[in-house]
Amino acid sequence: MAETTSSNMQASTFWRDARHKAGENKLTLAAALILLLFVLVSLLAPWLVPYDPLAVEPAAALKAPSLAHPFGTDALGRDILSRVAIATRLDIGMAIGAVVLSFVFGTATGAIAGYFGGWTDAIIGRFMDTIMAFPLFVLAMGIVAALGNSIENIVLATAIINLPFYSRFARSEVNVRRNMTFVEAARMGGNRPFRLLAFHIVPNILPTMMVQGSLNLGWAILNAAGLSFIGLGVRAPTPEWGIMVSEGASYIFSGEWWTFVFPGAALVITVFCFNLIGDGLRDIIDPRRRT
Amino acid sequence: MSVPLLSVKNLNVDFRTRSGTVKVLNDVSFSLAKGEILGIVGESGSGKSVLSYALMGLLDDNAAITADRVEFGGIDLAGPTSPLASIRGRELSMIFQSPRTALNPIMRVGRQIEDVLRRHGPVSRANAKAAAIAALARVRIPDPERRYAAYPFELSGGMCQRVMIAMALSCSPSLLIADEPTTGLDVTTQAVVMDLIRDLVQETRMSAILITHDLALAGEYCDRIVVMHAGHIVEVAPASELQSHFAHPYTKGLFAATPTAETELEHLASIPGSLPDLRGELPPCRFLYRCDRRQPDCQTAPIPLRPIGGDHSVRCRHPL
Repeated sequence: MAETTSSNMQASTFWRDARHKAGENKLTLAAALILLLFVLVSLLAPWLVPYDPLAVEPAAALKAPSLAHPFGTDALGRDILSRVAIATRLDIGMAIGAVVLSFVFGTATGAIAGYFGGWTDAIIGRFMDTIMAFPLFVLAMGIVAALGNSIENIVLATAIINLPFYSRFARSEVNVRRNMTFVEAARMGGNRPFRLLAFHIVPNILPTMMVQGSLNLGWAILNAAGLSFIGLGVRAPTPEWGIMVSEGASYIFSGEWWTFVFPGAALVITVFCFNLIGDGLRDIIDPRRRT
Repeated sequence: MSVPLLSVKNLNVDFRTRSGTVKVLNDVSFSLAKGEILGIVGESGSGKSVLSYALMGLLDDNAAITADRVEFGGIDLAGPTSPLASIRGRELSMIFQSPRTALNPIMRVGRQIEDVLRRHGPVSRANAKAAAIAALARVRIPDPERRYAAYPFELSGGMCQRVMIAMALSCSPSLLIADEPTTGLDVTTQAVVMDLIRDLVQETRMSAILITHDLALAGEYCDRIVVMHAGHIVEVAPASELQSHFAHPYTKGLFAATPTAETELEHLASIPGSLPDLRGELPPCRFLYRCDRRQPDCQTAPIPLRPIGGDHSVRCRHPL
């Protein structure tokens, strides 16, 4: 009983604080609302869209935006609004998948490196340096080219090139905490190294790691879309923002602007929202880092 | 004296650093009887905390520890098969300075006590919770059921220290090391915390080592006092004996530097000089350059800690 009241109090102060800071920072609030809309679209698009995103209709090819086709149609007469809406789930899903993967493995390796130091640290550190030695997008291209064009491999490639950032960040955060008195106290209390890490140190660095993750989402989406744009990754008929921009790009000079502007705008707005929310989250979690 | 609970003989701790080996503790020998409170007193940097960390086995890898004997309740802690890691927290426990940072900031205090209990034996969740609340009640925390769910930042410094004590005592250790337990607490809280420690020591017949820079505090709560200076034990005596018949010039300096209600600020003496650099060659008496009684023979042979009657020993060629 005592526990629930206290945790309710805890939660309510947290949300009041969050509301206060969101109110202070209107931009974060707006970004959160727009992103919420995108997430709803990604979940509900199959029931909302007016056309089948894959239905080809040569008679209606390259039509400018109109009431029937608010975003116009592409070269095969497919409805761009439907395709952009359906693609939301895939694009956001790939980004979240990649960020979760690199978050989990990066935090684990970084925490181990930061806690044990010495050879462990050297081996993990040099491995991460090796990843960072390549231009990251080129490395992602290489991974997808080697493993094959599939959604899983795009997620994997995006996760791998992001891994060093999480790992290094977790390493430095754990390193400053490993000799703190509460860690000594927990060690004295009989905790072995791995338990100490998992239950005492890592929970303390999670808030800052989460901020890093949310800032990273926008970048992950760009990376996944970028791979599809250059023809690696998601294959042609699948609705995906990167491919749609790439297909529309051939009409830049002939003036059918709607073919690339709408998927491009969806991409830009999503990335923008992720970044704004990441910044806002940083303010909510740690007021000292307010920029 | 019966068989001591803890007996330490010739304990040395060196830190290997980039700028040379720092001889932090040298020839430290003392013993502790069952039920006794031993005070370890000295200025900052004299090696008090390193001593407690060395006993707990919490020093970093760059510390080289050697000892002729460290025996705790008949168990050898100095050898290569030391069971320290498994008895630490259960048989010997420690409370740290600055209670606020010694508690995990994002864990409920009750859960932290449970964590210690569960690391040291198969305890069910429900039993651990009841034991944690009992431990909080034992250190006289009002409303322990509610405090169980509190986070450290919701508690005052004195309250945090009590939680720390509850945590250290949760497994009923036979030795408690208190490393400056009252640093950062105001004077009234300090008295409450110290009374609590003394009462718990008496109730449970455990022994305690109180590490402090406050000679008056040690004099009030300890049975015997060890005075440390620059990694040497310079004097050991029963608390009352030390106050009336201190024999080492450093102890004299410490007493002169301890304010009482009568001393005025301008009469408060300080000890001249500072601790020697522990990296290079050191004279046999590490207090040599700060001492106003030094003689040529202070620089020759090593000076042992020698008894000067009763339970009183001193490391000085020309004691007071």
